[in-house]
Amino acid sequence: MIEQANITTLERSELLSKVGELFNQGYRLVQICCTLKDAFELSYSFDKDHALLTLRLQVSREDAQVPSVSGIYFCALVYENEMHDLFGLNVTDMALDFQGTFYKTAIKTPFNTPPPIAK
Amino acid sequence: MSFLKKSPWILHYDGTSCNGCDIEVLACLTPMYDVERFGIVNVGNPKHADILLITGSVNEQNTPVVKNLYRQMPEPKAVVAIGICATSGGIFQDCYNVKGGIDKVIPVDVYVPGCAARPEAIIDGVVKALGILEEKAKALKEAAHRQPVEVEESSHD
Amino acid sequence: MANRMIVPFGPQHPVLPEPIHLDLVLEDDKVVDAIPSLGFVHRGLEKLGEKKDFFEMTYVAERICGICSFIHGLGYCQAIEAVMNIEVPARARYLRTFWSELSRVHSHLLWLGLMADAAGFESLFMHSWRVREKIVNLIDETAGGRVIFGSCKIGGTRRDIEPETLKRIARDLDEIETSIREITAIFEDDYSLKHRLEGVGVVSKEDAHKLGAVGPVLRASGISQDTRSLGYAAYGELEWEPVVETAGDCQARSVVRAREIYQSLNLMRQCIQKMPDGPVDVKVTGLPNGEYFSRLEQPRGEVVYYVKANGSKFLDRFRVRTPTFANIAPLLHMLKGCEFADVALIVLTIDPCISCAER
Repeated sequence: MIEQANITTLERSELLSKVGELFNQGYRLVQICCTLKDAFELSYSFDKDHALLTLRLQVSREDAQVPSVSGIYFCALVYENEMHDLFGLNVTDMALDFQGTFYKTAIKTPFNTPPPIAK
Repeated sequence: MSFLKKSPWILHYDGTSCNGCDIEVLACLTPMYDVERFGIVNVGNPKHADILLITGSVNEQNTPVVKNLYRQMPEPKAVVAIGICATSGGIFQDCYNVKGGIDKVIPVDVYVPGCAARPEAIIDGVVKALGILEEKAKALKEAAHRQPVEVEESSHD
Repeated sequence: MANRMIVPFGPQHPVLPEPIHLDLVLEDDKVVDAIPSLGFVHRGLEKLGEKKDFFEMTYVAERICGICSFIHGLGYCQAIEAVMNIEVPARARYLRTFWSELSRVHSHLLWLGLMADAAGFESLFMHSWRVREKIVNLIDETAGGRVIFGSCKIGGTRRDIEPETLKRIARDLDEIETSIREITAIFEDDYSLKHRLEGVGVVSKEDAHKLGAVGPVLRASGISQDTRSLGYAAYGELEWEPVVETAGDCQARSVVRAREIYQSLNLMRQCIQKMPDGPVDVKVTGLPNGEYFSRLEQPRGEVVYYVKANGSKFLDRFRVRTPTFANIAPLLHMLKGCEFADVALIVLTIDPCISCAER
């Protein structure tokens, strides 16, 4: 069984209004995922009646900032703090901002460094 | 049980273990393997524990916790590293947040192999640690006879 | 004005075998706020996707957590199979379902034991674990390991179970069920347990949905959400209904798990009955290119695997959103307003798996 991904691309300025819409339609926040290649690629996944909907957002490395959706979905704060701590992505106005202490790691923002030389 | 002179009390700490070895440590205490019949009791307080069982490797954040637990245990004490992660870091050796085996921060007396370590192996490891514990106790006693008691603090702090 | 203070909870706590740390803000005996901090078990294994090839990552995925190990491996394999368009043989899908349910029973029995221990029922803890050993023996016999199964691979399963063995296991399951009935009856009816659990740590239906709760936490609040409904592996061909309770308190969460054990036993019996003949794996050639979100139901709830491959043998991104991570926000909600003495119990009822949550 292969579940359809159903990915919608959108701009950063549209994020909050779109997420707010989904909240009002009764979607559940499944996860937020960050992938870093040339730019940050954020995937916000939502679920309603077992159908997955993903919002896709590109944020450049130079302007690594994104508004928090934790005002709408409180549970987003764990994903957003994780993105901040592991990727060095700046998330503004989080409902609970750990300011980089959510994960204590040996190196800062481990996913945002050139691959280290193997031990 | 004639080969055990004392009832060793164990303290279990989970490093960055995947839980696999932890549940096997607990399984040792439950009816199927039941080490309590040998007087081995799992205690929650390091200050009256004899053997420290550690599962999983050490990372940046739990290093001080592991050191502290070790320091709080009274002499003589033994450390058993359970599973391959505690021995060397195992499959997670290459992870950015993993320092490696437990012996990177405190001295380890017995290494138990396996992923996850089987209860039989864990029990065997604890029994080996008992022998070491007895030797240490003997050495401690002899040292006390030679000079006034001055227990050496661990140099690994 | 009540006395306000902050009490640290963990990382080494007798109730929890794993290190979790919470800063509890108390007003006298009442918790007004709880702030979690992670990192004690953080290994950073998502990053290993760049160092180990996509076949080796199956082993890493299984070792994210030793309790739901099989389902972790399965989730990863399903994601890669979707990216590479691999059709898994029917027998392998049934075997995967069988092992998934076996691991669910073992996890739930383990949890019931921990719960009993936390509530002061030490013999019940021992009994749960005694019965659990029978399940673990079945795992050991069929998969080859007690904790880490190692039996799932990309393209199918690594081993098959002989038809005679399956028939014998079906008989064993009946015997195991009788022992489990004795244990779960206590969780459903015992006066002192109920007294301890009822009305504690309540999450309403709306809050559970809003806070993104998953698994038994969500189902105990009256929402019939079970990722197995997607019909992955063989679930689409088996008959079952999600277990739902409505109270949303600690008692409801215990009962959901207790009832899910029977559901799993039932699913396993169906698997044995309907198990088709044929091969258990297909040959995998080529390299993955593309991305996929794979969702499965773990004992603790929905898990999401995200895999992004670039056509080489290393992955661009390997990401797991584990059920415990999703249940952190509901947990904080439950803790607000509870009594300090109930904290350990409430934390336990989300069935926290810290090594899952921190990866």
